[in-house]
Amino acid sequence: MNSPKRRILAGAFVLTLVAAACGSDSSSSSSTDAPTSSNAAGTTDAMTETTDGAPMAEVSGTLVGAGASSQAAAMQAWQAGFQEANPDATVEYDPVGSGGGRETFLAGGTDFAGSDSALKDEEYTASIDRCAGDQGAINLPHYISPIALPYNLPSLEGETLNLTPEVIAGIFANTITKWNDPAIAADNPSLTLPDTTINPVHRSDDSGTTKNFTDYMSQSAPDVWTYGAIEPWDTDGPGGGEGAPQTSGVVAAVMAGEGSIGYADASQIGDLPAASVGVAGDFVAYSPEAAAKIVDSSERVTGPSGLDYTIKVNRTPDTADTYPIALVSYHIVCLQYDSQEKVDLVKAFMHYVGSDAGQAAAAAAAGSAPLSAEVQAEVQKSVDEISVAP
Amino acid sequence: MTITDTPPGGDTVVAPTETTSKLGDRIFGGISLGAGILILVTLAAVALFLFVEAWPTFGADPGEFNESFVSYVAPLLFGTIWAASLALLMALPLAVGVALFISHYAPKRIAVTLGYFIDLLAAIPSVVFGLWGIAVLAPILSRSVYPWLEDNLGFLPFFAGPASTSGRTMMTAAVVLAVMILPIITAISREVFLQTPRLHEEASLALGATKWEMIQQAVLPYGRSGVISGAMLGLGRALGETMAVAIILSPANIITVNVISNQNPNTIAANIALKFPESAGLSVNRLIATGLVLFFVTFVVNALARRIANSGFSGADG
Repeated sequence: MNSPKRRILAGAFVLTLVAAACGSDSSSSSSTDAPTSSNAAGTTDAMTETTDGAPMAEVSGTLVGAGASSQAAAMQAWQAGFQEANPDATVEYDPVGSGGGRETFLAGGTDFAGSDSALKDEEYTASIDRCAGDQGAINLPHYISPIALPYNLPSLEGETLNLTPEVIAGIFANTITKWNDPAIAADNPSLTLPDTTINPVHRSDDSGTTKNFTDYMSQSAPDVWTYGAIEPWDTDGPGGGEGAPQTSGVVAAVMAGEGSIGYADASQIGDLPAASVGVAGDFVAYSPEAAAKIVDSSERVTGPSGLDYTIKVNRTPDTADTYPIALVSYHIVCLQYDSQEKVDLVKAFMHYVGSDAGQAAAAAAAGSAPLSAEVQAEVQKSVDEISVAP
Repeated sequence: MTITDTPPGGDTVVAPTETTSKLGDRIFGGISLGAGILILVTLAAVALFLFVEAWPTFGADPGEFNESFVSYVAPLLFGTIWAASLALLMALPLAVGVALFISHYAPKRIAVTLGYFIDLLAAIPSVVFGLWGIAVLAPILSRSVYPWLEDNLGFLPFFAGPASTSGRTMMTAAVVLAVMILPIITAISREVFLQTPRLHEEASLALGATKWEMIQQAVLPYGRSGVISGAMLGLGRALGETMAVAIILSPANIITVNVISNQNPNTIAANIALKFPESAGLSVNRLIATGLVLFFVTFVVNALARRIANSGFSGADG
């Protein structure tokens, strides 16, 4: 019941906004700040006038974001770290989900969005209206989370299961149904595989994890996985298998049923063993470092402003040191806001998130893969360009 | 026979005294009217919201989704009704039995205590039922009941299998739903059974009926409409139940009567809860359109319940 209620509330909220001040795109009005103004009001007086491009200076006020729940754990670490450095600043984040986050952001209800997928073309167009100035919003890939393939086969205790992309796709597309299938045995000559039926577990809710995982299968084994990168598994996927809600549900379902295999945020799989994945003729076990390499080996799409950092993830890396199944989650921010206070806040927070400290905090709290130095430098450069609309 | 001391609602009416002012009467009348109107306005607002938000789905470009709205909602609608019906099937006989026990068999003290516990069951949040279902019930059923059903009754389409290894099946969901709707049906049935006119019961006994025959001849016919009202209220709750189903059920996009496999049709409410957070654009409209369908189904069920309840020979209504 929670979500529809939220939707109604969001609708009512948008109505209020429209009623309060029409034309949220005009830079003179403070309507986009409406949700925060009451909070920020108390601290505005104490605000130090920071100059443009001075992210290290202390900032104050309230920054409001909403979006992907995948980032929720990391966001808590970022909020704590940021507020420690800026005691007068508050960051609020509502993990309503990627779609809801982008929608609320585009409606002007939040200052930034967290999203497991970058803005779509029409959403970018909408962002030009939503943001001050005429530059629209950009995507910053701040959160990379490796997706592991946990499995439940007690007879293989202590051993590592190797799976090629074709086998993984075959399992989830229901063409490989037994654990002792010759295709699996071929990659695991040293293991005695049981004659158990495979129970592939997928997410029953819409999830960025599903989208990234199916994107991986459709890129690395297109002949076997013919369903493309999908989000709702039950309507767009191959059917079969077991559906479970949330990461915790998938992990619980894998733990409960012998012969199960699932895909889940690597930091959440607990004691379950995770399969090593075939890359460039070898097998790679997941690790944050190996997963972070995926951004380096992927193509960047910059968008009209040249500052956007959308990643077209390359799921078939050439080198066997890259773990190819990872979720890339973005922060979506405007390039221009209508007040200096907001610009300072957004820049300071996004700088922190993209910094070594911010990435380390997320890695510690959520098991994410820290961005490599090169990507980090590029992302920070984009954050530097955020400014007040003329 | 034993009559508990639970007062049937509304027998404590205080006769208005001569001094009661007309003004107070009018103010209270106005407040009541306002409350009544508010309910209607709220309902209309919800219906309007659903209509407006659902509308874009029907005008959408067919290429937008993999399937038409009808084929999208059909398994969900089936799942919703299937799960609720199964729950009702399990809960109704049990609830009537418990209600009869409380009203006509149990010693007074036991009846009161038991009634209290049944009411307490209604106060448990549905998410707790869901967690209980997934953590306790599902493993038990999947380990001992489902394999047995598949082996011995597998020729029936309901138990065709393959049996789920984690127990996240339609049957588990239906059992949890049944437990959830049990208190409401029991409470209402108990109240009507207690209101059976003593004369009916005594007449039946005087004609030589045993206690069970008396219940068949006097209590059940009198309570029929009340039991049906209670059942429909329970059904309404089961139709709209969200969290417990979302947690327990392993959903797939199919229509099947198989209740022990991990391929189950989802329910509308659970599907909305699962899909809504990550949906955007037209997908949201489509989800709300399924909500509209559920709204109508619930409406029809309630209207039906009212018809049946009013057509009975008793004056007692839930």
